[in-house]
Formats: sequence, structure tokens, C-alpha cells
Amino acid sequence: MSEVLNYRHAIARAIADEMAADPAVILIGEDVAAAGGAFKSTAGLLERFGPDRVRDTPISEQAIVGAATGAAMRGLRPVAEIMFADFAGVCFDQIANQLAKYRYMTGGQVTLPVTIRMAGGAGAGFAAQHSQCTENWFLNIPGLKIAVPGTVPDLYGLLRSAIRDDNPVLVFEHKNLFALKGPVPANDGLVPLGKADLVRQGRDVTIVATQQMRWRALQAADQLASEGIEAAIIDPRTLVPFDDETVIESLQTTSRLAVVQEAPADGSWGASLIARMTQHHFYLFDAPPLLISGDNTPIPYAAALEAAWLPSADRITSEVRKQVHT
Amino acid sequence: MPDISIDRPVTDEPRSLADGVPGDARELLRAMLRIRYFEDMVRDMFTRGLVRGSTHLCQGQEAVSVGVCQALTAADAMTCTYRGHGAVLAMGAAPDRSFGELLGKADGLCRGKGGSMHLTDTSVGAYGSNAIVGANLPIAVGHALAAQYLGTGTVAAAFLGDGATNIGAFHESLNLAAIWKLPAIFVIENNHYGEYSPLAATTPIERLADRAASYGIPGVYVDGNDVVAVRAVAKDAVARAREGKGPTLIEADTYRQQGHSRSDPATYRPPGELEAWLQRDPITRMEQALLSAGHVPAGELELIREEERREISAAAERAMNWPDPSPEARFEEVYA
Repeated sequence: MSEVLNYRHAIARAIADEMAADPAVILIGEDVAAAGGAFKSTAGLLERFGPDRVRDTPISEQAIVGAATGAAMRGLRPVAEIMFADFAGVCFDQIANQLAKYRYMTGGQVTLPVTIRMAGGAGAGFAAQHSQCTENWFLNIPGLKIAVPGTVPDLYGLLRSAIRDDNPVLVFEHKNLFALKGPVPANDGLVPLGKADLVRQGRDVTIVATQQMRWRALQAADQLASEGIEAAIIDPRTLVPFDDETVIESLQTTSRLAVVQEAPADGSWGASLIARMTQHHFYLFDAPPLLISGDNTPIPYAAALEAAWLPSADRITSEVRKQVHT
Repeated sequence: MPDISIDRPVTDEPRSLADGVPGDARELLRAMLRIRYFEDMVRDMFTRGLVRGSTHLCQGQEAVSVGVCQALTAADAMTCTYRGHGAVLAMGAAPDRSFGELLGKADGLCRGKGGSMHLTDTSVGAYGSNAIVGANLPIAVGHALAAQYLGTGTVAAAFLGDGATNIGAFHESLNLAAIWKLPAIFVIENNHYGEYSPLAATTPIERLADRAASYGIPGVYVDGNDVVAVRAVAKDAVARAREGKGPTLIEADTYRQQGHSRSDPATYRPPGELEAWLQRDPITRMEQALLSAGHVPAGELELIREEERREISAAAERAMNWPDPSPEARFEEVYA
């Protein structure tokens, strides 16, 4: 048995289920309590769990992340919300220098079961400071895990796994998927961190994509299939740890790799994946790998500009078609 | 209007050295001497190339570390700055394992992963020295949040320098602690220099405790070179926090007798300034108070000094003979 929820409501459901299971779980963030979240993704939690466990904070991202970090050292499992993923810049030190490194710097004296939820993603006209997929900012920081759920069951299952994990986990929710519907299992529905989802089987090319790009890749795969090109689609679901094995397995059949990501190419998970695959599995490739990315500009506002910035299904189709036919 | 007064608990103890010396004066003196000799030894080790990177010494500030940490227990949480050897020792960390960390030894407090700027011993409530100015304050707020939520009755104490009152994390932390009435105390060690810059060059007010008014919490100024006075205000603040009345900001007026770090000879100090502060050295003042009160004969003071000096030397000697970590250990403790 499962229940159909939308992506937005799966957030509140996952947090509620973990809060019900473990009194150490608390939720803090700007407008997460009385207002139910800027995106209404935490609605009902204050009413159910009360103001000790569901707390509105001032607009103080450093204090939010630091408070979660300190509280975790004393046995809580805080879930902290950073409203827009872009705001991670405001508390970068607390994430990058404190939360990620504290266990290491202290020789393992502390454990930091902190979940930080952030909403990222372009496509809705929020412009340069409210649209970025900022998960790439954190790839270069050992000590963090990074989840990028693209479906309702993945969001629900990864968020629950993140809260249960004894390490800091950044969970990026995609704003353009909030209305997406999907099943949430009646039982635990946990999705392990570090296990990719083979979304579509295919023999000709392996497309790796997350979140909004996963759905565009699926559209592209349908078009390509009508032309006789069968694309496999892999959604890694977490960037750290990254499930290389599932990609390698697919490449053994397809010999072609295309990565689609909603961010500029430099310093990105897609670039890292291609580097690892070509460095360690060069013999699997029959064609140069393809990295389909956002442009190397800030994300523009106007609909016509933003649509051109984001990799579209058509662009994915044509670039993969070219790769396969070369 | 919020209640921002400090309710002074009734105590028989003197509230400053001018009132006399408390019954445990010898222990207070020993705790300060331990830090002084530790820091002197670190200076030697650094000069000999045994301590890597940078190290920030706290000679002259011992009364702040000891006075505040005497008001805490190992169940409380103390976070401090990269000038934190004194505070970590004052919580009760073993000097040999502290030296071991500075020397990068496998049995150092942090297994050689942290070094001078990250000295941590959670077993005594020392939850981390921090190398980023002000970054320990939000973390202390988290400790206080956990204490409040779990009802442990413990408090969180955060040390910060005068320079840290100008960084954003200071504002966010005091504001959040105040709005949630968290059991936290924030202790400014005003040593009059933010790195190489004198306080007046960076800060438009003289009394940093006045900043508490912005958060509706008590701001208390204390002579930071009087260990008895520091302990008294710290006890007040801790009592207030444990009673659920929220945080307190303490400004302890003290002086950094050394430069900012070991690469800084502190030539920017005006002539005579150091000498004037040396006259107010917290250890000398405590000894003089003990002597003038007739508590101890001069000979016993010399004996105490000698014992503490010897213990620190022995601790350093032990730590120097410990093995280095195995290179493979670098992969450990990244994740739980």
C-alpha cells in the first residue's frame, strides 16, 4: 500500500515520520513553524509536534547551521532548513569549515547527525540569487553527504535516511518539482544514501541526470527511442556518496556517457563523474563523453533567457543524437 | 521590557581580590600557573620547530579562562577560540595529551588531526577551539539549545575575542540565544587587539559589554586579570542561565602579553603598554593577594610554582616521546 503525495508534502511527511520515531529530531529554520514553510513544505509540523521541536528562527543562517551543529554534538538530530539553496553562501563557513570538519578536526570526538534541507533549482523566474543548484559548491568538502532527490518516493526515502544518518547530510529539494506527484510507501520507504536509480534501460547511451534534468532526460529518451536510439537513464540520487558502480555497469553495455546537469560545467559533479570514468574506465568508451550543462553565466531572469540557459529536452536529444551518430 | 538584571546568588566568597582571597585560592593559582607554564613551553616548542603552522598564546589571560571554567562542570559545554589552550586546560584537559596534540602525536587529544587551533576534549566539556573568528558562537548556541530541549540543566559557554564582536556570527548568536532564552554565556576576552589592530581602530565603542543591550540581555564588565572577580560574574551568569533566564554577555578586560601569533613580535604596541599590563599580571596579583592576606608564606608560593613547572615539563617530555600517527590514520574520522 502506498499513498500518492506531491513532492512538497512528502517533505513534511518524511520529517513527521522521523519526529514521531525519534524524540531527538527537531526542526529549525526561517518560517518553518507558524507559517508552515516558505514553500509550505513543513505545514502541520508545529501543530503536531509543538514549539519545542519545530522552531522558527530569525533570518540568521549562520546561527541556524551552527545551532544544528552544536545541538547534534549533544545527541539531537536537528533538521535545519535554509530556505533557498543560494543562501548557503551566507552560512558557508558553518557548513564548510564547521559542520563538515568538526568530527575530523577533533579526532572523532563528536558525531554530527545534522540534516540541512535547501530548495534549489531554476525554471520559475527567480533569477540569479534564488535559482541555483548549489550542490556543486559542496563537492570539494569532505565530510558532507549530498542528496538530490528527483521523485516523490526518493525525496521521502532519502530525507528519512538523511535524518537517520550519523553524518551531516545536505538534502537539496528542487523548487520546480514541488507539484510533482508520486507514491510514498506505507512502510518505512527508506532510500539508502549512495544507491543510484536505473530509471530507464537502454543499450546505446547512458544518460546520468538528477532532479529536473532527470525528467527532461526522460522526455529526450522518448524522442530518441522513436529514432531507434535507446538511452539508459541513471539518477544517482546522491552525489556524495556517488554510486559509480551503476554507471559502470550501464557503460559496459552502452559505451557512451552523457551527463546532464542544471549548473555550469566547471567544478561540477558531472565533470567529476566524467573524470572518474575516463580515468579509471577509459576502455569502456566508444565515444567522447558528453557534459550537457547550464551556461557559464549567472542564471538570468527573463523567461526567454532562463529557458535558453537551462538544458532543454530538445537540446539533450540533439546532443545525444550527435554523440551516438558520431 | 525584558528582565536584564543579574540576580547575584548569595555567596560567602569574595567577589574580587580586593575583598580577600577565597578558600580555594591555591587551586585557582595552580590552575593559572599550569596554563602559564604550558604556554611558555609551547613557545619553546614552536621556536624549536616542534609545533607546526601557527600557535596563539594566552599568557596574561589566564584569569579569564580559569575564572570562567571554574564556574562550569564537565557536563557543561565550553567552546573557545584559536587562542584556546588556556580554556581547554582550565576545563581539565590533561596537559600531556594537549601537548601531544600540538606536537601532532597519535595520542594527542584529537589524534593529531587538529593541532593548536582545534584543541578539543569533550570528556571535560571542552567542545572545541575554533580557528574561524566567531564561528564557535553559533555552535555554543546549539549546545545551549540541546540543554534547554533535553532539560539537562547544563549551560554552554563561548569565549570570543574583542575582534569577534565585529563579525556577523556574534550578532546572530546572541540574538538567537536571547530570543530563545537559551542557557548560554558569552565571554569576551578583551585583550585590546584584534590580530594586529588595536580595538579603537576597529570598534566605535569602548565597553564591549554594552553590546548586550541590543539583545535585551545583561552585559557585565569585569576586571579580567582578577580571577576571583571573573569567577564571581561567571557564576552569576551560569546561575542565571541554569534558572532559565537566558544568556549573559561578559566582557573580561585583559591583555595579550604575547603577539597575535608566533610570527608576530607585536612591535605596534605603544611604548610602556606591555610593562603597565605586566604590573597587573593575573598570576602576580593573585600571589600578592595571598601573601598580603597572610594566607601563604613566600616559600610555599615558590614550592607551588616549582611543582606546576615540573608537572608541565614532565607532561611535555612524555608527549614528545609518543609516536606519530600512522599515515593511514588520515582517512579515519571523515565520516561516522
